[in-house]
Amino acid sequence: MFRLHFPGDIVTCKAEGRTGMSGLARRLARASAYASAVAILTLLAWSPSAYAASGGPDLEQAGNDVGNIASLQRGARNFMNYCAGCHSAKYVRYNSIAKDLELTEDQVIENLMFNAEKTFETIEASMPLDAAARWFGQPPPDMSLIARAKGTDYIFSFLKGFHLDSDSPTGVDNLHLPGTSMPHVLWELQGFQRAVFEEPDESATGSDPVFSHFENASSGAISPEDYDAFVRDTVNFLEYISEPIRATRRVLGVWVLMFLVVFLIIATMLKNQIWKDVT
Amino acid sequence: MARVESEVGKPQTGLIRWIDERFPLLETLRYHATEYYASKNFNIWYVFGVLSLVVLVIQLVTGIFLTMNYKPSSDEAFASVEYIMRDVDWGWLIRYMHSTGASFFFIVVYLHMFRGMLYGSYKKPRELLWIIGMLIFLVLMAEAFAGYLLPWGQMSYWGAQVIISLFGAIPFVGDALVEYIKGDYSISDITLNRFFALHVVLLPLALIGLVFVHIVALHHVGSSNPDGIEIKNFKGSDGIPVDGVSFHPYHTSKDLVAIIVFLMVFSGVVFFAPDMGGYFLEHANFEPANTMATPEHIAPVWYFTPFYAILRAVPDKLWGAILMGGAVFIPLFLPWLDRSRVRSIRYRGWIYRTSLGLFVVSFFALGWLGLQPAEGVYVTLARIFSVIYFAFFLLMPYFTSIDKTRPVPERVVYHV
Repeated sequence: MFRLHFPGDIVTCKAEGRTGMSGLARRLARASAYASAVAILTLLAWSPSAYAASGGPDLEQAGNDVGNIASLQRGARNFMNYCAGCHSAKYVRYNSIAKDLELTEDQVIENLMFNAEKTFETIEASMPLDAAARWFGQPPPDMSLIARAKGTDYIFSFLKGFHLDSDSPTGVDNLHLPGTSMPHVLWELQGFQRAVFEEPDESATGSDPVFSHFENASSGAISPEDYDAFVRDTVNFLEYISEPIRATRRVLGVWVLMFLVVFLIIATMLKNQIWKDVT
Repeated sequence: MARVESEVGKPQTGLIRWIDERFPLLETLRYHATEYYASKNFNIWYVFGVLSLVVLVIQLVTGIFLTMNYKPSSDEAFASVEYIMRDVDWGWLIRYMHSTGASFFFIVVYLHMFRGMLYGSYKKPRELLWIIGMLIFLVLMAEAFAGYLLPWGQMSYWGAQVIISLFGAIPFVGDALVEYIKGDYSISDITLNRFFALHVVLLPLALIGLVFVHIVALHHVGSSNPDGIEIKNFKGSDGIPVDGVSFHPYHTSKDLVAIIVFLMVFSGVVFFAPDMGGYFLEHANFEPANTMATPEHIAPVWYFTPFYAILRAVPDKLWGAILMGGAVFIPLFLPWLDRSRVRSIRYRGWIYRTSLGLFVVSFFALGWLGLQPAEGVYVTLARIFSVIYFAFFLLMPYFTSIDKTRPVPERVVYHV
């Protein structure tokens, strides 16, 4: 194949001359060089993600699992019951939800489709958008891609971040999106909470009060643990609709790589056969 | 050395002969493949040329299929990309291949260019080959920039806004030029339409034409090699370079292995991490362009960030734009900036090795800094690394002439 000329490899070349390093050892050395290249790329992909730093309070980990179909089904129910009144998901079709979430079309029609006629339709908000823009100052954003744009941790924290604010027309503000025009839609479930801020140290000049913690103002219909699970399922559904093909591409990718491994073996044998007389 | 019997050399009959009497088919194949001799000691750095060609083909083929479903209008562009991702059969694969291909194009081209710097591939008689390559790089940047506006996401819109506004820094004609480029007072449907035309017609044509000329020039002067020796200086009695092997089947069979390894890495991204944590597909670009809301933090895609960092390191807009352009153009002059008597880094002294190392560090550092907000220590660092970047090129005539080189062997170094 190819000899790499990284510093470590020069050592390999010298070692070959002295000890007659076997073909297998050389191949392993090369393989490890390729593997490290792939590892660097992978690290790049997993390095602290490039979601725009808002400079706000730390986000909580959503901890959702898009492979969990039961969670996705609950999330779909939550979304249609609590979100879809105002938020559309205009690129998402009901029949594709049925297929991916292992539901029958009848189940979808009965339990999820409140304002559509046919299962090939996409999820539209029940509220007219122009009226919404008048009422809230801006139309509620479409939810199809929100998880890819903002990240699941952000949405999870946002849905847990409403706190009482007597200055706001909706009575609440959000820790992660101060000044939001969204009311606390899930108050029935979560109840209301107050945000406690701490005055910064004297040494820190000119900084705003720092968020410390939430304290309960009135309890909701479900426990805080159940509310976390409710939000997690909803976030999970949002992550699924942001890229419905995700599960398919991962399965297909394994097959593609397996094919390429076989192809690589054959191509390497061909190359070695052709190059065997080159001295 | 034994050579593989070539079908091409045999007398032909039938269809091949009929064609050959009317078109130089076999002559062309001999000249460019079966009797084009390149050094047998190519290492991994020599695969990125052919890999650039592979990515070009990927981009052209996937681009054609995307064009069949994409709508170049500000009302429909964003939705049509999502339509491709969700409703078009295999559309997601085509789109991810195209978006991943854009990043990989720059990865392989940067590595290909770095190969030239490692082994002095640009030195006489390959100066023109290097210049054509640099032109390809410039057209590629324009192609990537035009293409990035098409999904009509937030970063498409605001990234284009930032870069186009740079032309406004030009004295006297700046504002008129910006309006001329946009075709409107702001980036609009009109801008999107013309960028689409540039991205799918003009720039790909220029790219293909330049790549063709690049290969013609390469096969005229012959490929260099990791030792920086002209293999033509040692020919056997048959007139064939002793250290050369024919492009086909030797280098083609080797390239095939490289292409498969490349496709494995490429597929790894396409199938398992298509947005690469926000580096290949920026998160903000999943929100449709909003002319009323500037994103908090505008960063171009990673392949432009080294130059973007230089732009922001300069306090003056006009000089920032000039230095950014200078940073892109300056490698074009490498054949004349490099005064060393040897080509390959293998026989250069510690001064060039250290300088090249510093250059690589500054390029990566600038690339990282271009992704950070332009404030505080980041700006200071960007200034330091910009100085190193330019110093590498501007001081090169000096340090390459005093650098102690080692004797170059007559024949290429080759281990079986």
